Amino acid sequence: MKHSNQAPFWLLFGAGGMVSALIGAALVFLTGLAGPLGLFGPANPITYEHLVAFARNPLGGLFIFFVIALFLWHAAHRIYHTLHDFGIHLNAFWWLCCYGVAAAGTLVALVSLFKI
Amino acid sequence: MTVRKPYVRSMEGWWNRVPFFRRYMAREVTAFFVAVYGLVMLAGLVRLSQGQAAFEGWLAQLRGGWSIALHVVLLLVFMYHTYSWFEIMPKTMPPVVIGGRKLAPGTITGLGLAAAAAASTLVLVIAWVLAR
Repeated sequence: MKHSNQAPFWLLFGAGGMVSALIGAALVFLTGLAGPLGLFGPANPITYEHLVAFARNPLGGLFIFFVIALFLWHAAHRIYHTLHDFGIHLNAFWWLCCYGVAAAGTLVALVSLFKI
Repeated sequence: MTVRKPYVRSMEGWWNRVPFFRRYMAREVTAFFVAVYGLVMLAGLVRLSQGQAAFEGWLAQLRGGWSIALHVVLLLVFMYHTYSWFEIMPKTMPPVVIGGRKLAPGTITGLGLAAAAAASTLVLVIAWVLAR
């Protein structure tokens, strides 16, 4: 049962990969380009008022939490396994650099959402 | 007894040897950009939780030239991620049998890309409707 701890990470990788493949590009466009550049005109969703209201809504908050957490866990798992392909010997340090960052980011996202 | 130094073929740049490996590497490296975007969003969430002034500061940073350039790159990489994710999906998911025949790889990829287009449109429409 050496690989028994792999299943949850693999599931998070898959879920994050699926969510980012489905809506990742749209989110990048929305929060990184359309919002800051005001491409939606007066109906800009990327404002303090709109985002606070969205984050306080239970569904909106869950959406934000899952998007951030799943993106980080997806990336952590994939980067960790790709390091080996670049000739980097995997050890506890690299494990922490990948999964540790994802875990810390998940925690920070959770705390921030409860503060809003 | 002589100390021999056996020849070991270098693995450096192995992913550049075959197009198949290159595509594999391109696919894997998208994860780095997904991480960058995840952290950008996390920073935005943290600033949002710190109040309006903090959030406005974050928004001002997003309007900067470097941020816009970064997000253009992120957008292109995410679109490639979407394509590559559904391109390999026929191999990563269990086979689907409909009417005694296995679903063709092209159909799975096509359905995935169609779902991504629909979901992305939905996200943008919902964002627009909520802000209206």
